[in-house]
This record gives sequence, structure tokens and C-alpha cells, in this order.
Amino acid sequence: MGELQPEGATEPTQEVDESASRRDFIAKVGSAVFGGVVLAGIGLAQRGATDVLATGVASATDGPAPPFHIATQASEDVLIKMQRELSRALAKTMDQRRWGMVIDTRKCIGCSACTVGCVMENKLPPGVVYRPVLQTEVGTYPDVTRKFIPRPCMHCDNPPCVPVCPVGATGKRSDGIVYIDYDRCIGCRYCITACPYQARTFDFGGKWTDGAAGGSDGALALESGREYQDPPNFEYGESWTRPRDGVLAGTAPHSPIGNARKCHFCAHRLAEGMLPMCVSTCVGRATFFGDLNDPESLVSELAAGANATRLKEDMGTEPKVYYLA
Amino acid sequence: MKRAILWTLWICIAVVGGIGIVERLISGHDLAGYTSYVPWGLWVATYIYFIGLSAGAFLLSSMVYVFKVRRLERIAKLSLFVAVITLVMALLTILFDIGHMERFFFVYIHPQFHSMMAWMVWLYTAYFLLLLGEMYFALRRDVVAAATDGGSGHRVVSFLARGRTKPLSTAEVERDDRALRVLGTIGVPLAIAFHGGVGALFGTVAARVVWHSPIYPILFLTGALVSGGALMTFVVAFLWPRRDRDWRELIVYLGRIVLGLVLLDVLLEWAEYSIPLWYGVGSEVEQLKNMLFGSYWYVFWIFHVAMGVIIPVYLLVRYRGPRVIGVASALVAASYLAVRLNLVIPGLVTPELKGLETAYLSDRLSYTYLPTLFEWQVVIGVAALGTALFYLGYRHLPLVRESGTGIGGIAS
Ligand code: SF4
Ligand code: SF4
Repeated sequence: MGELQPEGATEPTQEVDESASRRDFIAKVGSAVFGGVVLAGIGLAQRGATDVLATGVASATDGPAPPFHIATQASEDVLIKMQRELSRALAKTMDQRRWGMVIDTRKCIGCSACTVGCVMENKLPPGVVYRPVLQTEVGTYPDVTRKFIPRPCMHCDNPPCVPVCPVGATGKRSDGIVYIDYDRCIGCRYCITACPYQARTFDFGGKWTDGAAGGSDGALALESGREYQDPPNFEYGESWTRPRDGVLAGTAPHSPIGNARKCHFCAHRLAEGMLPMCVSTCVGRATFFGDLNDPESLVSELAAGANATRLKEDMGTEPKVYYLA
Repeated sequence: MKRAILWTLWICIAVVGGIGIVERLISGHDLAGYTSYVPWGLWVATYIYFIGLSAGAFLLSSMVYVFKVRRLERIAKLSLFVAVITLVMALLTILFDIGHMERFFFVYIHPQFHSMMAWMVWLYTAYFLLLLGEMYFALRRDVVAAATDGGSGHRVVSFLARGRTKPLSTAEVERDDRALRVLGTIGVPLAIAFHGGVGALFGTVAARVVWHSPIYPILFLTGALVSGGALMTFVVAFLWPRRDRDWRELIVYLGRIVLGLVLLDVLLEWAEYSIPLWYGVGSEVEQLKNMLFGSYWYVFWIFHVAMGVIIPVYLLVRYRGPRVIGVASALVAASYLAVRLNLVIPGLVTPELKGLETAYLSDRLSYTYLPTLFEWQVVIGVAALGTALFYLGYRHLPLVRESGTGIGGIAS
């Protein structure tokens, strides 16, 4: 498992080798689960109210120091490797890194753990989703394949959703993350129409507790629903709550209600040295994340592979999410 | 008796619509039927419908103030006023559509020069101010005249005349006419720009293949002329106080214009649909077929083709009576909402990526959209408000008064 010690830095980088990884599968799962929990815990402890919008954070100077150095191990889990790379990237200034994601569709088992992890992390209300897993079936019985394509925001380098915004509420940070400023967005939904990947959804103000409670356990159900629903989420390093209805909740709703919303590569977690939630929860280890500007990084390597593709390449949006097929 | 019926009708729609608007203020978008995948619905369609009516009515008034088409002189002021009212209705509808109404002014304080939507807002703000200016210069002479000779709306015009009793001198009238010509001359390209711009707002979105076509701004403009012209024809046919021979001739003339515009619009529509559909391959095919033959086929075939084209064209070709022409024009104007709906919605109803429709299930992640009662209520509420404003103006402003001086009145 990934040991927590000052980085030796010179060990050869671990390749993602199919056969090797299969051999060490069991060992890896064990180590990664444990490693992931430890890392997430440390990150959590460091969580502060940092603003990670365009101008905020998270350069080497004003961001948190990379949590710790992790030495490479012979058969370490890719999560550990990515965590180490993340620390390396965070040591650079914001404009020197370029976050990207690689999703290996052959490894994706269609479990939607990423979707759910994301919903929990960002406390997404009903109808808002950042990373659905598209499931399609190819062929006819008995020659049938099911294909799974997790679809986060592509964080396009040439994002068509950005120039349409009439108030400049959405933009691209210098590290390539396409963000939405909830305090600026007027909820016109123009950007939602402009995204070729339909990665943006509108927050209609729905609540998980809406119409949920009934019968003798109703009160209890409502109460536990609220226990989940009422605490804030921390998108963009701010604290967002969903207050229960006020008189004019429909006229001037509490953001992000009434706003466009989408995946932000967990910018608030990155700022604290944590991998995006979907990467941490990916059961198949199919989602890779890192700095595309770092030629040594796992994502750089994978994205350069002959089997790497991007969705709707011909649109010229230059997505920073790659798929391995 | 007729009055009583009309009043009762208005009160009914005002109550139904008022409830919708209050609900909108309290519960936001909760009761609306559009989704994240069909993010624009009835309100956006109604908005472009109203704004088209406004641009159309305005361009009709410019025929007089800029191009000096004498035959339309007597309805120029009324057209201007209809342009103001329908613009207010459009702005209200789109205000209700945005998620954060309280932030609408961000469009001014955070200008984005690349956003078509920002341009649209700025242009119609300019257009609104220009309309008010034109109203002032067009009505001034008649306000003063009406203030001195009493009659209905006396108090309003007296207030507006601010104590002036002396009729405007010829020099003053001429100055006002000049101002009108200048404003109108600015207004024509402005109206073309902002309404074409609304079309471009859709047309520039590369992600939506049905929208992404250079014909969109053109369609919006002809749509404005058709629907705005038809609305004015209807209004003049039924509300004009003096049913003389001139009026009869005017209606026939307007009827011809509407007929010509409807046919022009049909031609452009043919281009819009036949080109992408012809060989049955290409990315728009599914969406357009869906519009023509899908579950909402009747919006196109019944409301648009039958009620908006075939019946009115038949009536306009066959009959000369002002009432028939008025009814035909009313059909064209009212059914044009169907065209606006079909400009907005069909581009949104198929998934951009296969599998999205079933990837994460929620009412708000659906590709089918039918406006809810609540959405209609809000539209009806706005329409009731618009009708009331129009009625007030019609009663209290000298909109149909013919002063007999200058191009703003009738100069026969
Ligand atoms: S995937 Fe869509 S929302 Fe994300 S950056 Fe690209 S266009 Fe914008
Ligand atoms: S919904 Fe918000 S972010 Fe999107 S275009 Fe409108 S104002 Fe901008």
C-alpha cells in the first residue's frame, strides 16, 4: 500500500499494465480502498473555505500545501499514483497545470458509483446530474455488448457554453476547468442549449424530501431526508445550502437553485489535494485524473494512446476528457 | 351586452393568468414542464412570438414615418402603440422565464460582447427607448388637440399636455415629423437587428443542428412581418372607430400585404424543411420528422398549416369584406405561436448523446415536453395584462384620432 513518507522521486513510474494489474487485483483493491480513505480523510481535515473560482486559489503559494509525499510502490493502485501526481501538479501555479480525465470504457462496469459519489459529494438535488453513465446495447442476441460511457463535463478547451452566457457567469479557469459562478448566473439556460454533450442541467429547486414522506414512518423519513439534504455542499470552495421555502423563494431563489449546474472536476476537492469524487469511487478503476501538462502523468500517457478518443471530436470543442476504447 | 361579455371574458383570463403569475413568483420554476434536456419551452416560444409581433407592428409604422406610405398613415400611431405593448409582454414573459429574475440587470453591468443573448437584450432596450421617443413625437400634436376638445380620456391627455392648450404650430408639427423620421430611420435597422438577432441567438448554437442554420434570422424577420402585420390588420378591422370607405380600402390593402407575407413565409419554410429532409439522411432528419409526424404533429399541421396558412389564404383570396379579412388575419396572428413553438422545441427533443435519455432518470431529465397548465396560465396572465394596457391606451390616448396635419396624422 502507499506509504506516507518523503518522496524518493526517482523510482520508475508505474505503468498501467493490464496483465500486471489483473495479477495484483486483489492486493490492489485492498490497498486502494484503504489508501483512498486515508487520503480523503486527511484532505477533509484540511478543508477550508477557499474560493476556487477563476481568480481564487490555488497556486502553490496561496493554496494548501500538497498534503504529503507518497513513494511509489511496486504494485500500487493507480489511485495512489494519481494522488502523488496531484500533489506534484498542485505544487505548480494554477496556469501551469491543465486538468484532464481519461475514462477507460473497457474497464467501466456500469455500476454508476461515480454518478452516485458525485451526487453525494455535491449534494445534487433530484434532476441535477453531473456524471450520468450512458448505457447502450450493441448487436442482437446472442451477440450483444453493453457499452458504458460515463459523461462528466468535458471541460472543453474551446467550450461553446462559455461565450453564449449573457452575463459572464461561466468561464474557463487558467487550469482549464470550466466553472459556473452561481452568484452571477441569471438562469437563462442558454448555456444548457449550447453544450453539445448536454453536460449542464438546471436546478429547478427540487428536493429529495419533496413528496417523500407518507404513512406512519413519514415523519421519520422526512427527518432523515432533511439530515442529508440540509447540510451544505462545497462547490467552488463555498458553502451552499438549500433553505426551505421562503415567501419569495420563486422570485429570488437561493443559488444554486435557479442556476445552471455541471461537473467542475471537483475543483473544491482539488484545491484541498483530493482527487475528484468520481475518481475515488470508481469501482472498476476506469477513471483517471491528472495534469495533462505533466508529460509523466498517467492521464498524459493514456490520452496519447492510439485507442484514446474524444466525444464529438469534429465539433472542435477540444474536450479534456478522453475515452479509451 | 357585448361589452359585458368581453369584460367577463377578460376578468376570467385575468384571474386564471393572475394566479399563474403569483404561483410563478412563489414557487419559481417548480410547476413548469420543461426539463434540463428541453430547457426552453412555452415561455421562450411566447417571448419570441410577442417580440415578433412588436417588431412587425413597428416596421408597419415605419412604412409611414420612414418610407412615407400614405395609405398606412392613419394606423401608424396605433401600430407604434401595439409595438410598445407587445414588447412589454415579451419582456415580462422572458423575465418570468429566467431562473433569477432579481439579477436581470446583470446583463447591463456585466456586458458580454460575444453573447448573442446580451446583444439581444441591449438592442431591445434601445428599441424600447426609441419606441417611447417615437410615441412622444407621434402623439404630441394629438394629445394637445385632444386635451382642448375634451372627449374620452380627457383627464389623461390633459395631464400629458401639461396645460398646453395652443395647438401645435405647423413648424412644430414639422419638427416632430422630422424627429419621427430620424427615429424611424434608426428604428428600422434596429428592429431588423434585434429580431434577426433573436433568430441568430438560436442559429449560432452549433450544438443544435435544427437551429444551426443561416435561415433562422431570416425566418424570424419574416415571421415578425407576417404576425405583426396580421395582428395590426385584425386590430384595425375590428377596433377602428370610423368605418368609412377609406377604412374599407385600408383593410383590403392590409389583407393583401398579409397574404403576400404569408406566402413568402411558406416559401422560406419550404426551404427550411425540405433541404435537410430531402434525402432522409443527416442529423436534422430525426428531429424534423419528429416535429412533422411525431406526437405533436398537430402543432404543425393543424395550428400552423391549416389555421395559419390554408384557411386564411383561402379567405384572403376569396373575400373582400373587412370582417373576413380581420378574421383571417386574426387566425394568422394567433396561430403564429405554433410556428414559434416549432422553431424552439424540435431542436431540443432528441438526445445529443445516445443513451442520455435513460442514463439517469428524472422528470427533469426528459426529452418530452408538453407545456403545463401553469405555463399557459403565466402566458395568459401576460396576455391579459397586455390587453388591459392596450385597452387603456386605446381609450385614453389619441391613437385613432386623425389630426389632419403632417405625416403623423392623415393628410388627404
Ligand atoms: S462539456 Fe459542455 S458544459 Fe462542459 S465545457 Fe464542454 S460545452 Fe461546456
Ligand atoms: S444559465 Fe447561467 S451560466 Fe448559463 S448562460 Fe445563462 S446566465 Fe450564463
